[in-house]
Amino acid sequence: MTTPVNVPRISASVVLPKPALQQVFENLQESGFSIIGPTLREGMVALDEIRTVEDLPRGLRDQQSPGHYHLRPAEDGQWFGYNLGAHSWKQFLHPPRVTLYSVNKNEGHWTLQRPEKVAPRYAFVGVRACDLQAVFIQDRVFLGEEYRDPYYGRRREQIFILAVNCSTASSSCFCTSMKTGPRVSTGYDLVLTELSDAFLLEVGSEAGSEMLRSTGWQSATAFDLGRATQVLQQAERQITREMNTVDLPQLLYRNLEHPRWSKVAARCLSCANCTMVCPTCFCTTVEDSSDLRGTSAERVRVWDSCFVLDFSHVHGGNLRPTVRARYRQWLTHKLGSWIDQFGTSGCVGCGRCITWCPVGIDITEELKAIRATGER
Amino acid sequence: MTTTLPNPEIVARPDPMLPNAAVIRGIQPEAYGISTFSLAFQEPPVAHAYHFQPGQFNMLYVPGFGEVAISLSSDPASPELMGHTVRYAGVVTRAMGRLKPGDIIGVRGPYGSFWPLHLAVGKDVLIVSGGIGLAPLRPLILSIIRDRSTYGRVMLLYGARTPADLLYTGEFEAWERAGIEVHVTVDRADENWSGQVGVVPMLFYRIRVDHTKTVVMTCGPEIMMRFAIYEALARRVPKDAIFISMERNMKCAVGFCGHCQFGPTFICRQGPVLKYSAIEPFFGKEDF
Repeated sequence: MTTPVNVPRISASVVLPKPALQQVFENLQESGFSIIGPTLREGMVALDEIRTVEDLPRGLRDQQSPGHYHLRPAEDGQWFGYNLGAHSWKQFLHPPRVTLYSVNKNEGHWTLQRPEKVAPRYAFVGVRACDLQAVFIQDRVFLGEEYRDPYYGRRREQIFILAVNCSTASSSCFCTSMKTGPRVSTGYDLVLTELSDAFLLEVGSEAGSEMLRSTGWQSATAFDLGRATQVLQQAERQITREMNTVDLPQLLYRNLEHPRWSKVAARCLSCANCTMVCPTCFCTTVEDSSDLRGTSAERVRVWDSCFVLDFSHVHGGNLRPTVRARYRQWLTHKLGSWIDQFGTSGCVGCGRCITWCPVGIDITEELKAIRATGER
Repeated sequence: MTTTLPNPEIVARPDPMLPNAAVIRGIQPEAYGISTFSLAFQEPPVAHAYHFQPGQFNMLYVPGFGEVAISLSSDPASPELMGHTVRYAGVVTRAMGRLKPGDIIGVRGPYGSFWPLHLAVGKDVLIVSGGIGLAPLRPLILSIIRDRSTYGRVMLLYGARTPADLLYTGEFEAWERAGIEVHVTVDRADENWSGQVGVVPMLFYRIRVDHTKTVVMTCGPEIMMRFAIYEALARRVPKDAIFISMERNMKCAVGFCGHCQFGPTFICRQGPVLKYSAIEPFFGKEDF
């Protein structure tokens, strides 16, 4: 198959005047994609459906620290100069509420109805490296060999990914420790690096190439590529937070009785914020409801959290009745047993659980404390 | 004679959360607040495709109330009639208690690992069970009886709180006639009880265990299993010859909901039947 002359080949690097991103948006919309991207909502860079490049939050920079998020104007006017808000792409691929089916009972027979026949077709714009790795991690959870989650699968298989290489890092970021960023290295249709006067785009797929038609793209020069490298180096230099992943998961298995669990439990509100903002946390429960006559009923799958007391309920009680037990479960799973289960850490170093913890618990500090004084 | 058992296929549906309708054929009271529901799939192709191994479980669904993971307690040789021994303990099981024969219930499965009978060929089998924990072991006992000469001594140590809480007492004689040594105890006797009184692990003192050729399979309250394992280990039964069946909260049974995690183990998928050596570092850890 020959590539049409007006689009770049796969793995090409091209430069685009910044306003031409609007043409990419229009190409995506013409191809039937709903665009999900960053936009300003209630003082935060949120992810939501956007229609034009005007919806992107330009000229903003975030300040993040444990329990703290604040946006301020940035004079450079960059389009992607901020880092992550509380939202991740999880809410679109693994939605917080999914109606599984409804049942109608009549005359000794059941009719099962599934409301969702067709999944929305999303183009994700502005996916950062850590968040893209988070998608790959959820792929391992939901698209296993034995069982496949059709709700996740239908959405996942038709997404378009326009990723963005970070040009800055927040104080919560530690992707370099988790080896997930800041460079987007695989799994994208297009990846964008913001230069001062243009966007540099690398083409990762045929679909990505297609979306560059009529955009006025030009092949990138060595100078452009050099500037893009500097952008990434700048982001990497700004990352100060670290997590030592050596000897995980065994370090945690050996330290299930470490006194630090009680210390962190004294601060932890068990509010589940960390699990909601985590781009890989996948736990769910199911809500059942019926009409008053009991002839029809519905099952809705909703996000759940291991911080919820009922999560471990069996007849006779809850198996993790204390905050200590629940925090230990979360951290031990995220950084430890996840590796045994799925061959990868459950943490991508996005730092959301640090920023959005109302009491500022820092997962990197908790692990550090256990490593420093725990059994080796 | 076949003793290596294939892993049954899940009755395939494109969506693993979708149940199939099954008719309640019978409800047999077993003990106080415990009954066995016999279920048959409504659609013949589903019924025909379904079979299970001892120790596996189904997800049972009552519309408006939810799903619950319940072990199969019936004979795997007759998979067309699925037995589930249920204690009316939670929202879903109490709703089941209001159903009657002829009513429909949703079923998906079978799920999970099963008792490794193939590892017990030519060996002694020691079954240790407490309370309703006998339910997932009953298919094992029935399978052993069908193929009795394949195994060495087969011993069942079983106990419950009171004589009224013992399950399947009407079958014990038949099991003994078929060559199963049945030892029963209760925590609290009543005026008609003439048997052993005490906790299940005490029954170990009534038997002799040859550690070179014994496979232990246990299901019951975790505290009971913990002490049963101590007794077995004290008799030098190797850790990898001890199998336990564990219970955890489950919403999906296919590894998606996260509820049943026990360290690295998803009880729904690698379990419920687990080799003791595989979970030893976590077993008995407080609030884990």
